[in-house]
Amino acid sequence: MERGPNQMLPTGRVEMTQKLITSRRSLLKGAAAGGLLTASPLVSRFASAQSSAPIKIGFQQHSTGIGAAYGRWYGRTTDAATKAINDAGGINGRPVEIIAEDDGTDPKRGAEVVEKFANQHGADVAFGTLFSHVVYGSAPAAGEQKIPYFVVSEGHHVASGKLNRYTLQPGITDVKSQVQAMAPYVSENLGKKVTMIFPDFAFGHDHRDFFTAAIAAQGGEVLEHIAIPPTETSFTKYFPKIPRDTEVLYHVMVGPAVLTFVKELGEFFGPSSPEIFGFIDSLEAVDLGSPGLEFLEGTYFWEGNPRYAQPDQTSFDRNFRAAVGVDDNGASVSDPSDVSTYSHMFGCWETLHVIKAGMEAADYQGPQDRQKLIEAVEAMSDMAESDAHPQGPKVFNGKTHQVFGRQYISRVENGKLTRVHSTSVEDTLYPDEVDYTTMAF
Amino acid sequence: MSPSARSFLLHLGVIAGLFVLCFTLSDYHQGNLARIMVLATYAIGYNVLFGYTGLLSLGHAMFFAAGMYGLGLAMQYGGMSPVPAFAVGILTAAVLSVVVGVLALRTIGVAFMIVTLMFAQSVFLIILYFGTWTRGDEGFVIPQAARQVLGMDLTDPLIRYLAALLLFSSALLITARMMQVRFGRVLIAVRENEERTQMLGYDVFRHKFLAVLISGSISGAAGAAYGLLFGYVGATFASVQYSIFPLLWVLLGGAGTTIGPLVGAVFMFYLIDYSSGFTNAYMLIAGLALVLLVLFARAGIMGEVRRRWAPWLP
Repeated sequence: MERGPNQMLPTGRVEMTQKLITSRRSLLKGAAAGGLLTASPLVSRFASAQSSAPIKIGFQQHSTGIGAAYGRWYGRTTDAATKAINDAGGINGRPVEIIAEDDGTDPKRGAEVVEKFANQHGADVAFGTLFSHVVYGSAPAAGEQKIPYFVVSEGHHVASGKLNRYTLQPGITDVKSQVQAMAPYVSENLGKKVTMIFPDFAFGHDHRDFFTAAIAAQGGEVLEHIAIPPTETSFTKYFPKIPRDTEVLYHVMVGPAVLTFVKELGEFFGPSSPEIFGFIDSLEAVDLGSPGLEFLEGTYFWEGNPRYAQPDQTSFDRNFRAAVGVDDNGASVSDPSDVSTYSHMFGCWETLHVIKAGMEAADYQGPQDRQKLIEAVEAMSDMAESDAHPQGPKVFNGKTHQVFGRQYISRVENGKLTRVHSTSVEDTLYPDEVDYTTMAF
Repeated sequence: MSPSARSFLLHLGVIAGLFVLCFTLSDYHQGNLARIMVLATYAIGYNVLFGYTGLLSLGHAMFFAAGMYGLGLAMQYGGMSPVPAFAVGILTAAVLSVVVGVLALRTIGVAFMIVTLMFAQSVFLIILYFGTWTRGDEGFVIPQAARQVLGMDLTDPLIRYLAALLLFSSALLITARMMQVRFGRVLIAVRENEERTQMLGYDVFRHKFLAVLISGSISGAAGAAYGLLFGYVGATFASVQYSIFPLLWVLLGGAGTTIGPLVGAVFMFYLIDYSSGFTNAYMLIAGLALVLLVLFARAGIMGEVRRRWAPWLP
């Protein structure tokens, strides 16, 4: 699907998008591309480029399916980043055009969409995938079509070496580094005896494996692993399995049942619960004021990017919120009940800025320069906290195609998340598991 | 010209047409058609059971996934090359078909639908449960380097297309021939009137069992081919929606017609592909198309063609 500038968002949110002058296909296709562009106010900005044809970025969006809430905010962030990049002169003097296609959060459709970007739309790169199974399903198509595929997924798939040289994750950290970086704070401040509750599929297994190893390295231990089958809708029967000497309950439930999970957990423990630590993935796009979530008061969460503006908020975060249309509570400025996926969506913003930096470093002119683009991104290392990287400073590992960055721990206080700890980038590092640079294109 | 000669020419024409399209289509549509032929093979497998035998399964994704995981796990952990791994995929689906056939065929009608649905859900959960090896919902990638057969690179678009065509043609010709011989005619008799078929002395259970076995094996071959040609193996393909898809393709294309599954798969693929360019509610459009078809062409596209213009259509 190719969206018009005001087409994507529901009525009432037009103010967030009507300023967006993202160069859409509808605006630029065919003969209109040259004529209209020449006549537009953008002419002076893009006139110095060798070609005024847009850089086409295929946006693999979860518009429907289980990832739709994420997809909606990934879309808004992508539009905002595109506007920011175009306002600053585009990439190599050329405007950026986003071509969005819904993958239905489905790996089969995801692969089809990547092929469509490469062969139908003539996209320069593909970008934006969040759900890991869609990344896995689509990455082979990216490798075969030889189209750079920038995912925003936080899965460990890229850094594990299971994909290919065309797949990169330079805008968001992976789950292994996130989980690993939590263990020191948990063991020093919350307790060393942990019980883990996680969904019984790959996402949950990643948490199980990575955190169990990480807490052991801190001198702690996981007393019990409680895997919840994905079809489960009630959780009370699992709670008696929690050992009595548990000091910390680690949860990472996702999906629509999370509200029931929290409510039943609260009913089970009452006022005398162990410390509770969770991943905000459970509650992305969910209002913390939702009925049943009162029990979360005083509990801790990993956040990829603090949802609520903190007292020491940087100008970069302030600018990012303003550009995307997010208020200080992490919700849409036009609808306070429309809560963002703030811990993840910055990845779209940062990835697009990495693509811009990579294309400029490679003097990217067209698909013939795709390999140069990948090599340019592989050559990247430090990424300073800035308007291009509002979440925090990062280090990109060109060998593993994975970026590493600061993580945050927040506590629910008065119904809001207050940051209580920031990790260093070094806390998130782990030994390389692959060297993609040795693989042939 | 006799109906069987017409039938032969039709199938030959379809295969020849698909072969020619390989060299005339754009890269994008060539890639799409390769994928569609694999999915149409899956639908052909489904059609054997639903279209010809009259058994409505709501769990065929288990056979597709069995073939896919049979191949994928054999390559991933067994280090097998694609050809024997493909055979393992088909064998896995065949074994599952035997188990499902023996147990599910004790039921009929709605109960059969529910039992097949439950079996499929069990297979889906088993894949998730053994996530250490299957990688559960995430699935795993079959590396490009491993997808080579007899020096041919199955990731090359042309080779992949021809491989998909070979698979589709084999399934099409096997089922077309099957429907011309006594075995296939008994299946149709079972569909039309099971009691009468039994009264005439035919072993209905044996025929239905063999239909499940053939249907499941063809679906499994499609699943194995999908994993091999497109390089991904994942639990999504065992989920409920992938049991519904072949039902939709067959209903759209024409249940009980040999080329209906292909027509249905093409129609549905491009309906979604084009409508998603206009709206996110593309599944609503697909649903609307299905409702219209049920209202105005209950026998599906090719079924309607057969009813109106070509009664000889196989």
